[in-house]
Amino acid sequence: MHSVTRSLTRHSCRRTPCSSATLFVRHNHTQPTPNSNNSRTTHFGFQTIPEEQKETMVKGVFNSVASSYDVMNDAMSMGVHRLWKDDFVSTLKPGRKGPIRCIDLAGGTGDIALRILDHAREQYADRETTVDVVDINAEMLKEGYKRFKKTMYHNTPQISFIESNAQALPEETFPSNTYDLYTIAFGIRNCTSVPDVLKEAYRVLKPGGTFACLEFSKVNNPLLSMMYDQYSFSVIPIMGSILAGDRDSYQYLVESIRKFPGQPDFAQMIRDAGFSTGEMHEGRGGAWRDLWGGIASIHTGVKL
Amino acid sequence: MSLLRTAARQRCRFPTIKTVACFSQSRIVKTQQPLYEGHIPLNWFEKALMAVGSSYMSLANPRRGDMVAAIGDLTAGPVLPRLRDTMLESKEGRTILKERPRISTRTVDMAKLALLPEGTMGRAYINWLERCGVTPDTREPVHYVNDPELAYVMQRYRECHDLYHCLFNLPVNVESELALKFFEFANLGLPMAGFAAAFGHLRLSSERRERLFREYVPWAMKCGTSAKSLITVYWEKRWEQDVEKIKEEFGVWDPPAARWGKPLNEAQLAAQKRQQAEAAPPSTSQP
Repeated sequence: MHSVTRSLTRHSCRRTPCSSATLFVRHNHTQPTPNSNNSRTTHFGFQTIPEEQKETMVKGVFNSVASSYDVMNDAMSMGVHRLWKDDFVSTLKPGRKGPIRCIDLAGGTGDIALRILDHAREQYADRETTVDVVDINAEMLKEGYKRFKKTMYHNTPQISFIESNAQALPEETFPSNTYDLYTIAFGIRNCTSVPDVLKEAYRVLKPGGTFACLEFSKVNNPLLSMMYDQYSFSVIPIMGSILAGDRDSYQYLVESIRKFPGQPDFAQMIRDAGFSTGEMHEGRGGAWRDLWGGIASIHTGVKL
Repeated sequence: MSLLRTAARQRCRFPTIKTVACFSQSRIVKTQQPLYEGHIPLNWFEKALMAVGSSYMSLANPRRGDMVAAIGDLTAGPVLPRLRDTMLESKEGRTILKERPRISTRTVDMAKLALLPEGTMGRAYINWLERCGVTPDTREPVHYVNDPELAYVMQRYRECHDLYHCLFNLPVNVESELALKFFEFANLGLPMAGFAAAFGHLRLSSERRERLFREYVPWAMKCGTSAKSLITVYWEKRWEQDVEKIKEEFGVWDPPAARWGKPLNEAQLAAQKRQQAEAAPPSTSQP
């Protein structure tokens, strides 16, 4: 039996996977339908689905994980995601050259936004920098709003929460050439069309503005890669089912990491959108910087 | 007896287990293909991790039915073939294995059961469901048993658990669940029932624990061991039968009177979720 979609509840049905000759991983993987001539497909973890369905399915995943998102991040990365996010924001140094306008995409629970505002405040005594947290998912934004209520930024002009699609930011709400800093952390791999996201990023940034993306990426070291794969596919879905009662969403998350382009390919996509990046290598002067051997990677670009 | 066993073994020979290597990953430990709907094959490492995690979570939050189910699946191993053989030894049990009935609001005509006279099994079941505020639809499917037939036996046990509650007129609070777990351990031999019995009482107040061990455990042990195995009961064919007659037939008797609390809202929530799912636009529905 062929099935294009799967519902991401605990009681989801798992059909038999496709033949060993084609790509598939372990279990709970549905067969792709034969494409009609005009439909475009994209990946959803290791499944192939019609493009128009990806948004809904990703929405379903994040509705499901929203309430335990921060706890699960801590459990899955054993707290390391905090180090990565700290590193990401301190690299960007928001507020160094005066107050700036930032936009944080897929920023739902407000991790990056909070770090940006704290950095500006603590390092540069800057209380005018603003961050617009944008997310396609209302549940995630609600979690972010709740978290910010516990901070000093609640009810100030420094923070706002807007529900929108990163691929199509409405012009009235997000006029062109507005922002100094565009960040997207661990969100871009969930978007249906990465080039569209990059295009919108280019549009809303001011000339001289910075684009910065923190995302899971390819590990090049084979030993580390083997251990990382083992951990991802054995431990994380089980953690998801134990802690959050939701194995499927976490299976999707680890699969989506594998489907995201590697560092050079993604850096090229950033260039194709019009940004100027560093040279096509890792490290100082390069278009990206690997964290923890490539498990995560920071890509930056500037709109000239 | 041996003829039955041979027939059983031939009939339920393990399907060829294909171990597959995953695309672009070198996996140290390989996992097999799913063999039935809902099957999640796990390798030994994942099984161990799941066992530890789910047993902790079941104790920490007993309302996590999925975790209780998981540890049940993982520990049932050696007992399920014995249960299956017990089913094969009775005519009713063989029919169940052949027809593989399921108990849910979709497969059982609840409206018809509600019209049956008082004292029948069907009517008693409906009354019990309402009084406790639960529904058969929230039973977690079996995920971690590797053989499809044994997975069905486990599923059947899980779905019949409520009927045991109903038969003995026990509510769904902790001490009654434990009493029933003691009974199931004695009658069916499932290790999970044993663990629940062994550790579950730690969550009770000392007064309730004392009552459990003074009144319920002796009942459970005596009744469970002397009665016929309840896994062989084809409940769906006995809705019109008198409850007392069923008890006589299988050699069971009532426990001491239980403490009934307010009904749960589990059935209500499940109904709401179903309504929402039906009302929502069917953009991502399965064919």
